[in-house]
Amino acid sequence: MADISSTFAGIRSPNPFWLASAPPTDKEVNVVRALKAGWGGVVWKTLGEGDPVVNVSSRYGAVSYNGTRIAGFNNIELITDRPLDVNLREIKSVKKQFPDRAIVVSLMVPCNEESWKTILAAVEDTEADGIELNFGCPHGMSERGMGSAVGQVPEYVEMVTRWCKQYSRMPVIVKLTPNITNILGPARAAVAGGADAVSLINTIQSIVSVDLDLMAPTPTVDGQGTHGGYCGPAVKPIAMRMVGDIARDRTCAGIPISGIGGVSTWRDAAEFMALGAGTVQVCTAAMHHGFRIVEDMIDGLSNWMDAKGYATLDDFRGLAVPNYVSWENLNLNYKIVARIDQDLCIKCGKCHIGCEDTSHQAIAHMKGADGLRRYEVIDDECVGCNLCMLACPVDGCITMQRMDVNQPKLTWKEHPNNPMRQKVPAEAAE
Amino acid sequence: MTHVPDIAPGRLAPEDYAKSFDDMAPPLNGRQAVIEASRCYFCYDAPCVDACPTGIDIPGFIRKIGTGNLKGSAVTILEQNIMGGMCARVCPTEILCEGSCVRNTAESKPVAIGALQRHATDWLFERDIQPFARQPASGRRVAVVGAGPAGLSCAHRLAQLGHEVTVFEAQEKAGGLNEYGLAAYKTPGGFAQREVDFILSIGGITVETGRQLGRDLFLEELRRDYDAVFLGLGHNAVNALGVEGEELSGVMNAVDFIAGLRQAGSLATVPVGRKVVVIGGGNTAIDAATQARLLGAEDVTLVYRRGPEAMSATLAEQEWAQTNGVRIKHWAMPRRLLGWQGAVKEVEFEYTRLDEAGRLAGTGETFTILADQVFKAIGQRFVPSPLTANALETLELVDGRIAVNEERETSVPGVYAGGDCTAGIDLTVSAVQHGKLAAHAIDARLRAVAAAA
Ligand SMILES: Cc1cc2nc3c(=O)[nH]c(=O)nc-3n(C[C@H](O)[C@H](O)[C@H](O)COP(=O)(O)OP(=O)(O)OC[C@H]3O[C@@H](n4cnc5c(N)ncnc54)[C@H](O)[C@@H]3O)c2cc1C
Ligand SMILES: Cc1cc2nc3c(=O)[nH]c(=O)nc-3n(C[C@H](O)[C@H](O)[C@H](O)COP(=O)(O)O)c2cc1C
Ligand code: SF4
Repeated sequence: MADISSTFAGIRSPNPFWLASAPPTDKEVNVVRALKAGWGGVVWKTLGEGDPVVNVSSRYGAVSYNGTRIAGFNNIELITDRPLDVNLREIKSVKKQFPDRAIVVSLMVPCNEESWKTILAAVEDTEADGIELNFGCPHGMSERGMGSAVGQVPEYVEMVTRWCKQYSRMPVIVKLTPNITNILGPARAAVAGGADAVSLINTIQSIVSVDLDLMAPTPTVDGQGTHGGYCGPAVKPIAMRMVGDIARDRTCAGIPISGIGGVSTWRDAAEFMALGAGTVQVCTAAMHHGFRIVEDMIDGLSNWMDAKGYATLDDFRGLAVPNYVSWENLNLNYKIVARIDQDLCIKCGKCHIGCEDTSHQAIAHMKGADGLRRYEVIDDECVGCNLCMLACPVDGCITMQRMDVNQPKLTWKEHPNNPMRQKVPAEAAE
Repeated sequence: MTHVPDIAPGRLAPEDYAKSFDDMAPPLNGRQAVIEASRCYFCYDAPCVDACPTGIDIPGFIRKIGTGNLKGSAVTILEQNIMGGMCARVCPTEILCEGSCVRNTAESKPVAIGALQRHATDWLFERDIQPFARQPASGRRVAVVGAGPAGLSCAHRLAQLGHEVTVFEAQEKAGGLNEYGLAAYKTPGGFAQREVDFILSIGGITVETGRQLGRDLFLEELRRDYDAVFLGLGHNAVNALGVEGEELSGVMNAVDFIAGLRQAGSLATVPVGRKVVVIGGGNTAIDAATQARLLGAEDVTLVYRRGPEAMSATLAEQEWAQTNGVRIKHWAMPRRLLGWQGAVKEVEFEYTRLDEAGRLAGTGETFTILADQVFKAIGQRFVPSPLTANALETLELVDGRIAVNEERETSVPGVYAGGDCTAGIDLTVSAVQHGKLAAHAIDARLRAVAAAA
């Protein structure tokens, strides 16, 4: 049995599956249920200072795709709307009940030293394992100069991170907002400020749908809507790209990463980890299905690791990072073409029409007098784009076959068409 | 031994009839429809379209269900098949569209095309929308004989194309076998008449019921008085068993039993035997046997002279009958009907098999089945007498039915025909297609004549 216990920025948990700071972690009753269900840790719903915020009624929206509910999720909620002292008391109680789990506290207070100093002391008193700085909330809080308003300015990120390191002995995780052009800006700032780890992504600014009767963005509040934060399965590709960028960045120097964004299964988690994440955090999947999804996450990850021969999480963490390269490093001599397994083909014609209408006219459509259809790849026309394979509804029916043999690797950096090309060694020797 | 035939109405408790004859395939709700629609791959050159006799753009209408464009979906269906609502209920989809769905190959479960088609057309009917408008009046008049699926489909398309249509129908009601033949549980809630009303609401169609060709009107007159004629007469005779005892009371044509049942104000008034024997292997046999059971017959045995795969009723239909408690006996043919005081009492069958040459032959061995009532369902026929009465030219026939070319024109110019009175598989959907094709051929002919004049 693989060992899936994790030590992340010094914080230990029996498994790498944490609940992200959000409604599932807003109250002791939820968190106790989660930890009983087996979650390795929680990041408590973000605490703030002063009077609690006030939330609207009608808070969530979603994208349903082809009958699949909540392919993407959005919310216009703020940080916790419960009094600070109640939250702190409950955090303390939970940590006492579950000493082996990771209990991290998410924080968001105004951008001044005193505010941070005060709240850090109060959190330290709960004996929580660490803090996460919420620099990500894209709505409601940023208008007050907090959340993503801080996260979008690298200098602020660095400054606040430094305060936290200065006034607390707890590990500091900086949660990054994706609502920025280059994630490396705030990530490097966090590193410079002395962060112990980063976590990402927070939600993406979004309008999930427009109610065409009310003529307003959803979720609607009394006939009007606002932009919210997007998350759930739909954002996973965006999150993984940002995680990968940080993982391979030399300046970020291997800072521990907690991967967040659309994690719903052990497989999603494994992908994030292959891209360098040490733990993953989950919100939407738990809100959609309840806490018991963690059973399969634990079981599935460990079974997969057994099958692959990975004994610990460190054995495969980051293995995909060296293979995540920039485009100019890809081999232009690599050549694949589509292959259709005629025995598996169900004659839906989707490969043909996609390639014919929108790609390279590389799949011929033939129809016998008996009405039997046949689809065949025209090798010379196929550019190996994968479209047909992706569109084909039958697993394994269309595969891509490698055609280049004995060709040396050639990248754009050396390509003759590149006006700024570097000479390949042989050419240089001439 | 005496025999008192036990044929009686009201075998069920009054409140049980509605349940017994309820919709055999209840409609999908909106959510189910969207989920099922999402199973459609939206194939290119989709095999299901080829398999639909009316060529409905099936992936097109299903996609529209998925996007919530139900009106567009219904129109996509109805513009190819004006009886898309009835066909959604009665088509043997397992041998048509659904039988060729590519989902069969990998997972043996086609998209439920029929149920989706019903969902979209029901939506339109519930809102009483008539989506089709007529083209400018052509000033041409066409006579249609027979208000079944073939005739009504032809009339609707002709009206749409701007022509004036008069439909002559021998029966009291329009609809043909939709009204008098299809099983009650396939088309509950008076759907057949609702559909007729919908078709006629386009305007430009006059239906004259109680007017029979060959008795009240003649082909020569129609040819003289109208610019073109379409014949959608269906079958008009039933094959006889040709065995001793056929005239005994309690022995009747299955189609007559069904017509009586479909027209009964209350199903509790329809008499049915305690022991029923049905002879035949098609839809009619299946429907008569199943409905006899549903009316409360105790033992219903359907006897067919060949094996299950040779039955023209599909496997799904056979299973439906069996699920409803009909016993199906294969490989036996009737030898004689035995009676007591003029009423049928039992049927003697002889076992059959295929001989060396592959021909059906009796084995000589016999058995009998007790029966209070016997339904004959060994096929319907077309007899041309309505056409020949007072005729100058006679229409050519093939295999006893009216011969037509690809345009559905008969051997007599200007006279077209379709549906069961012409060759081909006897299905509602085929009749609709014939009517539609004929309407376009008639339209082309009338416009060519107009252009020449
Ligand atoms: C019991 C039974 C069950 C069936 N079940 C199914 C099923 O589930 N699915 C399916 O697809 N098909 C089924 N069919 C077949 C289908 O009903 C027919 O193929 C279809 O109705 C043929 O349409 P039509 O217009 O050619 O003829 P019909 O529906 O028979 O209509 C012909 C019309 O012409 C009228 N007519 C006839 N002679 C004259 C005349 N001389 N003058 C004026 N009017 C005349 C008739 O009264 C009738 O209204 C079934 C048939 C039967 C008998
Ligand atoms: C309703 C809701 C409220 C959230 N509140 C917070 C919050 O208070 N603090 C925070 O750091 N992130 C918050 N998030 C963001 C999540 O922690 C997480 O980063 C995001 O949902 C992506 O993960 P997922 O795809 O698993 O949902 C919230 C998300 C949701 C859906
Ligand atoms: S890989 Fe791309 S170009 Fe090649 S056949 Fe498939 S769709 Fe066409």
